[in-house]
Formats: sequence, structure tokens, C-alpha cells
Amino acid sequence: MIIGLDVGGTHTDGVLIGNGCILRQVKVATDTCNLFDCVCACLDKITRDVPPQAIRRAVLSTTLTTNSIAEGKLENIGVVVSAGPGIDPANYRIGNHYYCVSGSIDHRGREVQPLKEREIEEIADIFLAENIRRAAVISKFSVRNPGHELQMARILARSCDIVVPGHSLSATLNFPRRIATAWLSAAVHPVHKMFFEAVRESLKSKGFEIPIYVLKADGGTMSFEASLHTPEQTIFSGPAASVLGALPFASSTGDTLVLDIGGTTTDIAVFVDRTPLLEPIGGEVAGRRTLVRALNTRSIPVGGDSCVEVIDGDLRIGPHRHGPAMAYGGSHPTPTDALFVLGKALNGNVEAARRGLSPVARQLEISIEDTANLILDLACKKIIRAAREMIEQINRKPVYTVKELLSGYKINPVEILTLGGPAPFFAPRLEKLTGISTCAVPQWHVANAIGAAMAKNTSEVTLFADTQRGLALAPEEEFSQPVGKNFDRKAALSMACELLRAKCMKAGASESEIDLEVVEDYQFNMIRDFSTVGRNIRVRVQTRPGLIPECRDLAQSMFNCCVLPDCLETVNSEPEKLITHHSSLVTSH
Amino acid sequence: MLSSSDKIGLVFFPAFDWAIDPTHPEREERLLYTQDQVFEEGIFDIEGIVEFKPDIATAEDIRRVHFCVPDERSVTTESHLISAGGAKKIGSEVLERNISRGFALVRPPGHHAMRVVHGTRGFCNINIEAIMIEYLRQAYGVDRVAIVDTDCHHGDGTQDIYWHDPDTLFISVHQDGRTLYPGTGFTSETGGPAAAGTTINLPLPPHTSEEGFLYALDNAILPILEEFKPQLIINSAGQDNHYSDPITDMHFSAQGYAELTSRLKPHIAVLEGGYSIESALPYMNVGIILALAGMDYSRISEPDYDPDSLRQGPEISRKIEKVVQESLKVWKQGADIRHNNCRESKLFSRERHIFYDTDRLVEIQKETLRTCPECAGLLTIDSQTDRGRRILAVHIPRKACKLCRQAGYQVYDSTGMEGYFRIFLQDRTSDEYFVKK
Ligand SMILES: [Zn+2]
Ligand SMILES: [Zn+2]
Repeated sequence: MIIGLDVGGTHTDGVLIGNGCILRQVKVATDTCNLFDCVCACLDKITRDVPPQAIRRAVLSTTLTTNSIAEGKLENIGVVVSAGPGIDPANYRIGNHYYCVSGSIDHRGREVQPLKEREIEEIADIFLAENIRRAAVISKFSVRNPGHELQMARILARSCDIVVPGHSLSATLNFPRRIATAWLSAAVHPVHKMFFEAVRESLKSKGFEIPIYVLKADGGTMSFEASLHTPEQTIFSGPAASVLGALPFASSTGDTLVLDIGGTTTDIAVFVDRTPLLEPIGGEVAGRRTLVRALNTRSIPVGGDSCVEVIDGDLRIGPHRHGPAMAYGGSHPTPTDALFVLGKALNGNVEAARRGLSPVARQLEISIEDTANLILDLACKKIIRAAREMIEQINRKPVYTVKELLSGYKINPVEILTLGGPAPFFAPRLEKLTGISTCAVPQWHVANAIGAAMAKNTSEVTLFADTQRGLALAPEEEFSQPVGKNFDRKAALSMACELLRAKCMKAGASESEIDLEVVEDYQFNMIRDFSTVGRNIRVRVQTRPGLIPECRDLAQSMFNCCVLPDCLETVNSEPEKLITHHSSLVTSH
Repeated sequence: MLSSSDKIGLVFFPAFDWAIDPTHPEREERLLYTQDQVFEEGIFDIEGIVEFKPDIATAEDIRRVHFCVPDERSVTTESHLISAGGAKKIGSEVLERNISRGFALVRPPGHHAMRVVHGTRGFCNINIEAIMIEYLRQAYGVDRVAIVDTDCHHGDGTQDIYWHDPDTLFISVHQDGRTLYPGTGFTSETGGPAAAGTTINLPLPPHTSEEGFLYALDNAILPILEEFKPQLIINSAGQDNHYSDPITDMHFSAQGYAELTSRLKPHIAVLEGGYSIESALPYMNVGIILALAGMDYSRISEPDYDPDSLRQGPEISRKIEKVVQESLKVWKQGADIRHNNCRESKLFSRERHIFYDTDRLVEIQKETLRTCPECAGLLTIDSQTDRGRRILAVHIPRKACKLCRQAGYQVYDSTGMEGYFRIFLQDRTSDEYFVKK
């Protein structure tokens, strides 16, 4: 059995999966002030009366680090940056302890100007005096030569407990993002560590000594132990959980648009070839562009609880949310109220919903029912417009070879999958408006937790080799090895695959989860004065986001009928009913 | 997040899978280190800098500019179409006002490609700037255009294409033709009879440094541009005038180039040559991008940049002053000469040998312009290569008068195929192109 748990902004969802079925599902209100208790309560309910040895793993997706960043609760982090010529690194200042030092490395990874150790020693002294215990060190082109970052880390280690060198987080060339990413990593580390250690201890105290996995922003999992080196990857895993929940139902013959319609926002994602698309460089976290591998999702401020109003005769939805729908005691009409008016939603105050929509109807001079339809159509149109823009943007993504430009694959969804609260009610409307076959994901209300439970490990290795310099380098792995003149792309690929396999195993992947894929594969002959002096090789291999093998072929039906022989549990799977925010789905015995 | 003061667009197309041949300067590796530098500096994350995918130029686009022998397909590869398409894309985005300036960082280059194309010259097959300009004229009705070619080699192809066009000002700054390919671009080359003074050449002596380039810019290029009043300024941004370039002898730098860009303020920059792929291009391109975006470029420099060691001697400065004076004279006298030549319809012709270094072939060309008081006149070109292919090409200019247009069709219709491999008619008034075999 597998536990999946997703802590969302309003709810924490948990599921227990086994034998291809959802054996149990739990929904509790999220208490942002006490995430730990909330997670423990959820885990307690899921594991009640389950023999510990029956559980193989638990996968957690939390907003913990996201919250701590949003709330600015992170401790003081020292940032030391060595840039050399180029854009002034003062532009990338982050936090109150940001220092730019001498030293420079060029694009081939050659040292142009050495570091001045004295400068860094002085900064170390300041950190000591100001009690700054965690730091990030970043140098330009450190992924071509991590020497300066390692040297800075060594010096700062005398005052800091943790020093995060930028090259260890990503091999992608982007100095400003490397700075932001290293800062994030250093910043969220203690919150992340403390939380998950506490969860592990709590489970252990109840006899559950199970491997704990953390969901990452790219929709992959990694073991808690591995996540301690790159905690920044677990920030912003919320959209990933839901997106993966939709994956088993995606078409295998065409592209899929995934819409997670929540209370205040709708998250949009795309599957190509049953694989969620990733951001080309990295995700944006708390307004900062980073190198964190992340699913390509777009969030728009339209959801079931978005405020509905009429301004200058025009119907508007969002971007704000003023509390819940009036049917649930709120003060402003919402699309959810429109569902109540049309008799689509139950367990709420229909009269209140009508009361909410009636001034809107009056202003538009149409009936309340027409108003309700108009609201839902408008919400759907806004979502569709945003999805189209997102797809256009993905299709506009530049490519750098003639072959790719001419072959130019364009995304063109053949189906839409919806999940989240109002998913089943939006689906027919979306289908009508787009002409694209649309359906709500079975178990759409806990698809996020299911997604977390089923997610497989993802890892990536980038290897760079320069045979003129006689060096192969995989910066994230702290790997470097001398290579001879004959080292070529093929050798680089097999070296990278070997490194990737080791990385996957270290991150807790089982052998069956590892399906290597080459995503970048370049070899350039370096010519100087008309003769070849070496090869410049860049390869990138990865395991892509997806489902663990045992869940890969889960048919829809398996989710709909769930029988657990030893704990007779009924699961609400009626797609026609809107599950309200406040009702708990748990029916424990 | 860092943001630019002007919204600019970039097409970056390094064509990592295309080379003239494996060890040729125009090979896969050429923009590799530029890509590394641009990516590492996070250029595409700057708010206000957008990256576009290049368009692919069509045969129709090429036919507005060139006479390709035997046809467009035979003298281009996809890579050329993408390179021209990249420039075209940037141009459209500027004209659509989506961006205020743009830079097409594309390869292969195009400024040695002339109106008649029998093969490859100076790594160029089709003229990517001219293809862009004529497309913009067709699609957006742009009229007056200035091209400032700062590549180290004389932009002889662009000069040839606009030789007879008084609405296109072509200024080329380059290393003196007595010391470098293609051996042309002297101050005496001033444009055809109907366009005298709208071709300006500034041949600079070897070892000209930042100071000399900026002197020519401030004292010749900018004042002439000011008077010409172009609607669009294009920079053919070749970077082989860098002090580390392996095939030239100039002393320009990334700082100097950024400064030039910031003073010239081109609407569109198009990469041309530049073969110091590791030591110059990464820094020059970042400098140009920042300058176009109106951002601080003062900290951009090559690892080995030493302005003192690059300074030009007084002898060089004196030579440059002289060239500047001559070019100003060319510009000032141009209007009168044009006027004189076009007062009544007259025939002017010139004969030339054009060498295609890359394809090792020689073209013998006789060009005849019939001037006209009403328009730029009718142009016919009789061209033959040493391999025997003879063609006749008739060019009716964009703003041709009715009579010149009729005369053009008449030449095309009445000339028999005897002795000719192909006869072409390019009618820019109606955007049509005809071929007789
Ligand atoms: Zn050149
Ligand atoms: Zn005329």
C-alpha cells in the first residue's frame, strides 16, 4: 500500500492506495499555522488499523516551504557572488547579506581572475559576527568550473553550518537564476528538514518505519534523505500533485490539456505523449525565476470562489476572492453560486445563492438562470483563453537547429481533463466551447493526493566535456574526470547515463522506475586555425515525470470501484455531486 | 527582476546543425560560446527582452531582391532561409510596434550577396538585410531606409543591391579594401547615376580602434543619417572588426561596439560576420543587446581587454579624418549629381567582373540603367559566368513610373532566348517576378 498526501492551501488530502484501488481517502482543513499537526492528523486517519509492514512508501507534497517564503519567515542568509565582467551582479541582490567579490571564470570554464581569499575571509568574519549560519555561494560559469564556488564554500564553512554552492543545484547556464536558486535552497533548508524529520519521527512512534518521499515541482519524487541536498526542488509541488493525478486518464494518442479548477485559481498544464511538459529553464518561485525543474503550469485567478460582479454593464469574474460562495455563507456571489442556482451543486443554501445572483441579473437585465449560465460560460472562456495563450507560448519556444525548426512540433490538444471542485460541471461547458472532448478526472476531488502517491522519481544529469581542456564535468553530481582526445559523444552519453542511474538510486528510485531518456546531445568540433583542437560535448539525460510502474496502467474503472476487504470503506465517487469545501469525505469505520 | 528601458526583441538562431564545411569559419560552433554567454548572463530573463522564433523566408521574399540562377532553391539551403527569416521576423515585430528595436543573431550572413546570385560569395548566398527590407516595404509600406554596415568587410552585396535606389542610404564602415576581401568599398564608390551619394563608403585603415570607429560614427554617419531622415535604421552588425578576429586586422572591442550601438540606435541589427567565436562574439553580442535595450553595458568586456594596448596611432587618426571628409563631400554633392543625371532619360552602363570566392567562379556583368526624370529608372543586367550560363535580368524599381514599367515588360517580352539560359523580370511595382527559360 502507498500513502499519498497533498497539503493544499485550504485542504489537506490523503489517500491510501493498494491493489490498484483507492482504499481510503481523507480530507481535512489545512491549518497553515500548524501544518505538522494537520499532516499528522491526516496520516493518522489514513493509517488507522493498517498494519505497518503493509505500507511500502508515503509521498508528501506540502506547501510548507512555499508558505515560509511567502511569509518572509526565512532566516538571514548570506549570499556571496563572484561575477567578473558582465551585467552588474548588484542587480541580483537578494536578502540583506549580499556580497560581490573578485574572481572570474570564462565560458569555457577557464579561470580569468582568481578569487581574493582575503575578501571572502572578511565576509566569513562578518557572517560570524552577525550570526549568519547559512550561506549560498555563486560564481559565473561555475557549472563549467566549480572551483571558485568550492573555494568560497571552504572559507565560509568556518562561520556557517550550511553553504550551498550554486553548481550543485543545476547545470543550466543562467547566473541570475543560479543566485536565486542557491539562496532559496539555503533558505528553506532548516524548515524543510525540521518538518520532515518530525513527520518521520511521528510515523516511527506509531510503528511506521516507511520510506518517506517528497514530491518535487517537476512532478517527480525523491527520498526525504536526498531532498536534504536540494530542498528547493520541493517548493511549489502543489500543481504537480494534481497534474499527476490526471495522468492515468490522459490520451496516449494526442496532447492533453489539464485544468485544475480550484476555489480561487485554475492551474493549467499540458501533457504531450502522456508526459507533463516542463518549464524550459526552471520554475518561478515567490516571484523569482529559478533553475528549479518544474512542470510547465500556468495559474489564472478564476475559480469556483472568484468574486462575480458587474462593472459598467460588463460581467466580471475575479481576480479577487472575497470568501466562500454565498451558498456557503459568503458575502459575494461566485461561479459556485451559479452552480447552485442551476441545481448542479448540493449541500448548500440555494436561496442564498439566488440572492447573490439576483442583483447581478438585475444589472444585466436577464433572468437569474441566464445569469448563472452566463457566469459559468464566462469563467470557462477565461480559462480557455489562458490555456490557448499558454499553448501558443509553448509552441513559440525557440529552437536552435535547422532540423528542429523545420520539423517544429506544435501542441494541439485532443482532449481536456478537468479536476478540482467544480470540475464535472465545467467539463460539458468547456467541451461545448472548445469542441474538444472534455471529461472530469475520476476521483477529481482527491486526484492531487493520488497524483502524489503514484509519482515516480525524476532525476536529471548534465554532462559537459571539453577534450581540449581534457575534462568531463557533471557539476550537480560533483563529478569531474580527465578525458582523452578520443572522448566523444557516445562515451559522454554512457558516462551520463551511468551517473543518472546512480543518482536515481540515491534518490530512492526502484530499478523499475528508471527509464533513461536523452534530452540534449550535442558534439561540436572545436576548430582553431582550420584544424581540429578538440570536441565540445554537451549531453543531458533524464528520467521524466510519470507514474510508478504499478500505477502506470490503472484504468479509470479501478478508481471507481474500491473495495478493501478488511476495512469496509465506502468511497464517494458520484461524479454528479459537488463536494463542498467543508464536508469531510472521510467515512471511517 | 532586471528590466530594460526599451522593449527589444531577439531572434537567436545559431544553426547548430549547419556548416559550409566542417572546418569553415561558418560552422556549427560559431555561435556556441555566444549562446553560453547570453544564457549565463540571463539575457532572456530580462523584463523587456523577448526572444522570437525565426520565420522561414520564402522564394517570394528572395525574388523581391535577387535574380537567382538558375532558381532560389538551387542557391540556398534551409539555413539561409531561416537566417533571412530571422531578420524578417525582427523587422515585422518592430513595424508591428511590438518591440522598439531588435537584433537578429543569425547565421549564415548575407551582406556579400549581390542582386544576381550565381553561387556563394564571402560565405553569403542571399542578402538577409535586403530580403528583410524589401519585405517590410511590401508589407508595411516603409519607404526610406538606411543601412549602416559595420562589418569589417565591405558590404559589397548590399551596396550592389541598393546601388540604384535613392531611397536606401547604404553606409559601409570597413577595413580598407586594399588590405582585405572583397577589395572594394572606396570613397569613390558613391552609388549609381540616379542614386549618387546614397552609397557612402568609409574605408578605415588597419588597426583602427574604438576611437576611430566612433569618430567616423559621430562625424560622418550620424550627421548624414540626420539629413537623410530614414524611417528605419538597419545595422549590419558584423563583428569581425574585433581585435581578436582571426581574418581581419582591426582593433574594435565589445565596449566600442556597445557604445556605437547606443549612439547609432538602429531599429534593427542583423549579425553579419565575426569569426573570433570564443574571444569576441560572446562579449560583443551581449554588449550590443544591452546597448539596444538601453541598459548599462559599462561592465561588459573581454577577459583580455586592454584599451591602452589597442589605441590607434596619430597616423591612423589622420587617415580616418580624411576618409570622413571625403565621405561628407560625397553625401553633399550627391543630390546635384542625381538631379543632373535624371533631368532627362539617358543610358548609363557599367561592366564588372564579380568573383565568387567560395564557389570559385567569375561572373561578367553588364548593367544598364535608363535614367528617368519621374523615377529611379529601368535597370537591365546581362550576366554570364565563366561556366557559361548567361542570363538577362530586368528590374523595375519599386516606385517606377508607368513608362519605365512598360519599357521593362517590353524588354522582357521582346528579348529572345538565343544565347540566354534564363531571362528574368522583377517588377517591384506589382511585386511580381517572371522567368523565361
Ligand atoms: Zn565580414
Ligand atoms: Zn520612370
